[in-house]
Amino acid sequence: MLDLNTKKIKKNAYRVTKVRGETASRVRVPGGLLTAELLPLIQNIAETFGNGRIHLTTRQGFEIPGIKYTDMDAVNALLQPIIDKLEINQEIPGKGYTSAGTRNISACIGSNTCPFATYNTTNFAQKMEKEIFPNDLHFKVAFTGCANDCIKTRMHDFGIIGMTEPQYEKERCMGCQACVKACKKKSVDALSVENYRIVRNTEKCVGCGECVINCPTRAWTRSPVTYYRLVIMGRTGKRNPRLAEDFLVWATEDAIIKIIKNTYGFVNNYIDREAPGGKEHIGYIIDRTGFEEYKKWAMEGVELDPRTIVKGPVYWSGIHYDGK
Amino acid sequence: MGYQTTAEKINAIFSDLSKDYLIYAPKRFVGDGTFTYIDTIRYGEITDLAEIEFAEKSNYSFKEVLLPISETLFYFTENEMKEADAPKKGAIVFLRSCDLHGLKRMDTIYLENGGVDTYYKRLRDHTKFILMGCENSFENCFCVSMGTQTSEDYDAYLKVDGDNVLVDSRWDYLDAALAGATQAPVIADSVTANDTVVTIPETVPQTLFDDPFWEEYGNRCIACGRCNFVCPTCTCFTMQDIFYTDNGKAGERRRVWASCHVDGYTDMAGGHAFRNDKGQRMRFKVLHKVNDYKRRFGTHMCIGCGRCDDVCPEYISFANCINRLNTLVNDTVKEEN
Ligand code: HEM
Ligand code: HEM
Ligand code: SF4
Ligand code: SF4
Ligand code: SF4
Ligand code: SF4
Ligand code: SF4
Repeated sequence: MLDLNTKKIKKNAYRVTKVRGETASRVRVPGGLLTAELLPLIQNIAETFGNGRIHLTTRQGFEIPGIKYTDMDAVNALLQPIIDKLEINQEIPGKGYTSAGTRNISACIGSNTCPFATYNTTNFAQKMEKEIFPNDLHFKVAFTGCANDCIKTRMHDFGIIGMTEPQYEKERCMGCQACVKACKKKSVDALSVENYRIVRNTEKCVGCGECVINCPTRAWTRSPVTYYRLVIMGRTGKRNPRLAEDFLVWATEDAIIKIIKNTYGFVNNYIDREAPGGKEHIGYIIDRTGFEEYKKWAMEGVELDPRTIVKGPVYWSGIHYDGK
Repeated sequence: MGYQTTAEKINAIFSDLSKDYLIYAPKRFVGDGTFTYIDTIRYGEITDLAEIEFAEKSNYSFKEVLLPISETLFYFTENEMKEADAPKKGAIVFLRSCDLHGLKRMDTIYLENGGVDTYYKRLRDHTKFILMGCENSFENCFCVSMGTQTSEDYDAYLKVDGDNVLVDSRWDYLDAALAGATQAPVIADSVTANDTVVTIPETVPQTLFDDPFWEEYGNRCIACGRCNFVCPTCTCFTMQDIFYTDNGKAGERRRVWASCHVDGYTDMAGGHAFRNDKGQRMRFKVLHKVNDYKRRFGTHMCIGCGRCDDVCPEYISFANCINRLNTLVNDTVKEEN
């Protein structure tokens, strides 16, 4: 006879599935990068306690279905080396993941491999994971290397899009216009030519770095510091799916971490305690409180780089199925 | 004369020399590369031996010291013009053997090909060259095939070996400055073989001018010009006349690097461009490097540094192109016989 506390099970990153008696274990992989040596461990769990299959989740984790509820402790023991190796914060060692609300932090492949990436997305994702996990509140955070947004940060509560501030050394420029063509054809057409030299429209520039990539003489190079566009409160779902909107542009790493951490305070304060499962998306809370109230909480104690542009008020559109 | 001395001593000599010279050497520019977190090794001013990148091949050559990417030649107003002042100081340039051969190619073009280029000459006359040895061949180098793996035309050879610095000086100033240092025979490190070996056809028949051989390159090359810009022996420039925006009657003339792969190179008055096909641009460059130049000046232009192969974003190998061309020429000659 099974006597389960489903709330506890879910909090422990196990799913209550449609198959009576069977659960599924969700393995977090912050930043979506793991060493191949962990795959046999995941394989072993699936073959020993699951049904031999593994599902790759949209958030770059693994979901191992077909596990008997009674085997959860055994599975937790097998998860431990994976948790250790990926340096996941854990409240009680040996007990698996002690929260599931704050989802795995996803990231595109980033500067480890991608020529367009402006920073190491995996590193920032892992750093963010350490800052905010474990936590039961429902937060979805994703990192993407450039404005191409391959990880689709705009479908997340927080999307972090890398930006470089192109540095122009005019004495190294011979006017080939490779940068101008690249910006026009692949980006936002922010470059123009004046007296054979290049002028960057700083209001238009999205910091994608195409100019830097295409300059054959290193007249354009990257800024030593990476900047980020922080887009917020994108979501899918039944009522009002919508894309995240810009909150900060040319923001620094520290500011972004602080804002996301501040948001936990905001949510704790305003979350609808009557919501089903005690679960309410941040976006809907902000819809209720108004953006300015959220901004007040989010910006508390945040130090901004002089370059940073703070948007406000932020409006979201999307599709309204809820008649509002 | 050969010497064994210390980095400290050399740095002190540099410090004295800096009154009259700017010292240029390959340096690591952190994060300066095409892609994020990629460095470039290129020429910059140094004051200390420790700043020099000895371990890697520089991505760009020394040529930008003598032929700046962008150089103002003169300033003009309505009726007058004034030449840009010559650099106040001379230059000392650290470079490898192949590049030292590249210097000869530059000299040929700027000093011995008809007129003398005063802008080049006035800096060239005040430049000293310090050879950096090569203990091992780098990737894509084919200096041995081009006969540029050693060079005697240096003012000094310098090798850092732990705390010791070995110097072979052919420069009176340096001999005087090193008087008292331990004398020792110093022979420049050089390689005797490269992984990349090229065979250059003796002559390239005119019939290959339009050969389909070049078409493949036409489909691959994106005309970015990187192969030309990194090349120590590409000497082409173009002119830019600038009228200052606040006063349209005054301005300056600059000369800037040009590349035969990049759009605009063959543009003429009236807008006609006569070499639009990128395969034909490849043909023009390749034959300039290893055919035409030799017919005119007696040596090949290319010195085998392999930087063009290092840099091409489309993985077009110039070295492999020469070898393929050689096969094609041999086959063509056989057919004709
Ligand atoms: C079918 C007719 C012609 C063609 C295809 C032609 C093509 C060219 C080309 C390719 C250049 C070299 C441009 C460069 O180096 O950037 C050139 C230069 C020149 N052409 Fe022609 N040309 C033609 C007729 C003429 C005629 C009829 C004249 C004079 C009456 C002329 C006078 C010149 C001069 C003075 C130069 C400049 C030489 C220099 O750069 O030092 N061309 N032409
Ligand atoms: C004292 C008289 C002249 C001088 C000193 C002179 C000088 C030059 C020079 C230096 C160039 C090469 C420019 C470059 O490399 O970009 C050139 C190009 C040219 N000149 Fe002259 N030129 C003179 C008269 C003329 C005349 C009278 C004509 C035509 C009737 C002419 C037609 C051309 C043409 C067609 C070009 C080629 C333009 C191009 O390559 O785009 N020039 N000239
Ligand atoms: S960073 Fe991107 S948008 Fe900005 S100037 Fe360069 S190519 Fe254009
Ligand atoms: S790509 Fe580089 S060299 Fe070419 S115009 Fe742009 S800045 Fe100048
Ligand atoms: S053509 Fe290539 S290998 Fe030859 S000198 Fe130029 S860059 Fe070096
Ligand atoms: S290869 Fe092209 S750019 Fe280089 S020197 Fe020859 S013509 Fe000029
Ligand atoms: S570097 Fe490669 S792609 Fe660029 S111009 Fe040269 S051959 Fe063409």
